[in-house]
Amino acid sequence: MSAIASPSASSRERVTQSRVIRSEWTKLRSVRSTSWSLLAATVLTIGFPILASAVISAHWGHRSPGERAHFNPIDPALVGSQIAQLAIGVLGVLVISAEYSTGMIRASFTAVPMRLPVLWAKAIVFAAVTFVLMLPAVLIAFFASQSILSRHNANIAFSDPHVARAVIGAALYLTVIALFSLGLGAIIRNTAGGIAAFAAVLFVIPPLMNVLPASWNDAASRYLPSNAGRAILSITHDSGSLSPWVGFAVFCGYAAFTLAVAALLLVRRDT
Amino acid sequence: MIQARDLTKDYGDKRAVDGLSFDVRPGIVTGFLGPNGSGKSTTMRLILGLDRPTKGHVTVNGKPYREHSAPLHEVGALLEARSVHTGRSARNHLLALAQTHGIARKRVDEMIDHVGLHEVARKRAGGFSLGMGQRLGIATALLGDPHTVMLDEPVNGLDPEGIQWIRMLLKNLAAEGRTVFVSSHLMSEMALTADHLIVIGRGRLIADASVPEFLAGASKPLVHVRSPQGEQLKGALASPSVTVAVIEPGLLEVNGLTAAQVGEAAAAHGIVLHELTPHQASLEEAFMDLTRDELEFAAT
Ligand SMILES: Nc1ncnc2c1ncn2[C@@H]1O[C@H](COP(=O)(O)OP(=O)(O)OP(=O)(O)O)[C@@H](O)[C@H]1O
Ligand SMILES: [Mg+2]
Repeated sequence: MSAIASPSASSRERVTQSRVIRSEWTKLRSVRSTSWSLLAATVLTIGFPILASAVISAHWGHRSPGERAHFNPIDPALVGSQIAQLAIGVLGVLVISAEYSTGMIRASFTAVPMRLPVLWAKAIVFAAVTFVLMLPAVLIAFFASQSILSRHNANIAFSDPHVARAVIGAALYLTVIALFSLGLGAIIRNTAGGIAAFAAVLFVIPPLMNVLPASWNDAASRYLPSNAGRAILSITHDSGSLSPWVGFAVFCGYAAFTLAVAALLLVRRDT
Repeated sequence: MIQARDLTKDYGDKRAVDGLSFDVRPGIVTGFLGPNGSGKSTTMRLILGLDRPTKGHVTVNGKPYREHSAPLHEVGALLEARSVHTGRSARNHLLALAQTHGIARKRVDEMIDHVGLHEVARKRAGGFSLGMGQRLGIATALLGDPHTVMLDEPVNGLDPEGIQWIRMLLKNLAAEGRTVFVSSHLMSEMALTADHLIVIGRGRLIADASVPEFLAGASKPLVHVRSPQGEQLKGALASPSVTVAVIEPGLLEVNGLTAAQVGEAAAAHGIVLHELTPHQASLEEAFMDLTRDELEFAAT
């Protein structure tokens, strides 16, 4: 506070999408709770499958031959994604809703008054971070859990049919979850509301479908975001679900639609 | 340079800003005054494109704010409500904003030193006191070395030293040729810094004048007269447009006549005067006078 005259800036450069991306990366890594949550999601994605496989392995002797035949070794390997999707969904909402609750959004939109570059930058940065963390996490989870299960020859190999697609697909699924929840947060602009909407879409609506007549339920259920999205994690294809890539494409469609609505509202609404 | 034309903003049924037209010129400090709820903060948000006007438009340095390719170099703003993520350090907050314009890290550190936040630059902004938050807001506003500086109630929460610093800062920014637009609901504060005043009430323009013009125009003449024949003088001055108050025995306060008119009236009636002092209303009084009818939230 000593000097009164303000030092002048040397350069005067324009706002570009890549600069906004750099800014959003700084924002994401500089809030400690975000970094911790991402770390926790990664650890759980790896830790849960190891724990699950260890438990299964320890009780293998007690399983009936029927149970053993039905056992699908990919299930424990990808169980971590169930927990990770919750953490990533909550963070995706927070990435934008926290800017509204703290007022940071006004600073962000003053710096980038076109606004949309901020939304795209958030989407790119958060999706990239999610994929970069989750891909190694699911790979480690797969190989660790299979090596535990191999004691009882209950494991599958990465090179077996559909396995690589399902494992990498888990990381892709979580990446789209990141985009979908970011879109919800941008539309709702409120942390509690955004998280509630995310939980409703993923966890509440699917069981509610059971109140529909069975034929409707069968026809509609597979198109729900969660069911469509998780088709890519499965190595067995049943008639009740969409094929992996079709399901994934439908899920991407939901995320794209949510982000498009968010973008429309973002440029129109007052802050 | 800020130019508003017929700027109007409705929130539902509520008209917050009502047909405002004004220019804020470079090289001087322009004070933006109005009672609570008169629409100052709303006007500033409209200038920055944060809210959309219902009608009318506003440009900054010749263009709507949104159309500037490097807006932080055009306008630096401190808004009324805090605009900082509470979980981020002051330094990272400034850095993230700087990066949108490719502004160097060095500039961020300079601004932190400039506003006196060096010690706490790496602490969470959520833990900042009101005054520290204000300083961070000012660092944010000055980050892009902008042509136009717009501050909403900048002295809020600052200690006397901080207030003094802001006054000097505003004057210096104006002396450097920048446009300086600063709001307040306290006239006394503006009296010390502003060269020009834009006064609003209930979202409408009440006055747009230099400080001396404002004082001359707003204040009715006020004269103090001391006379041993107080009662007689009171009778001599009586008229519907004039009010005469007895401040103490022998001292009258005359509202609505100039000192010359009072002196002439006394002479005409052969009344002795011991003192005849014209008073100019203070800026504060002039402001109160102007906005009395425009109070949004008057104490009852
Ligand atoms: N986002 C909003 N939604 C609804 N009403 C609003 C909104 N923002 C402002 N208002 C209303 O518009 C009017 C003007 O408010 P504004 O905050 O602009 O006044 P102000 O002059 O800045 O007051 P103060 O001196 O108290 O800061 C007020 O009546 C306020 O209630
Ligand atoms: Mg205000």
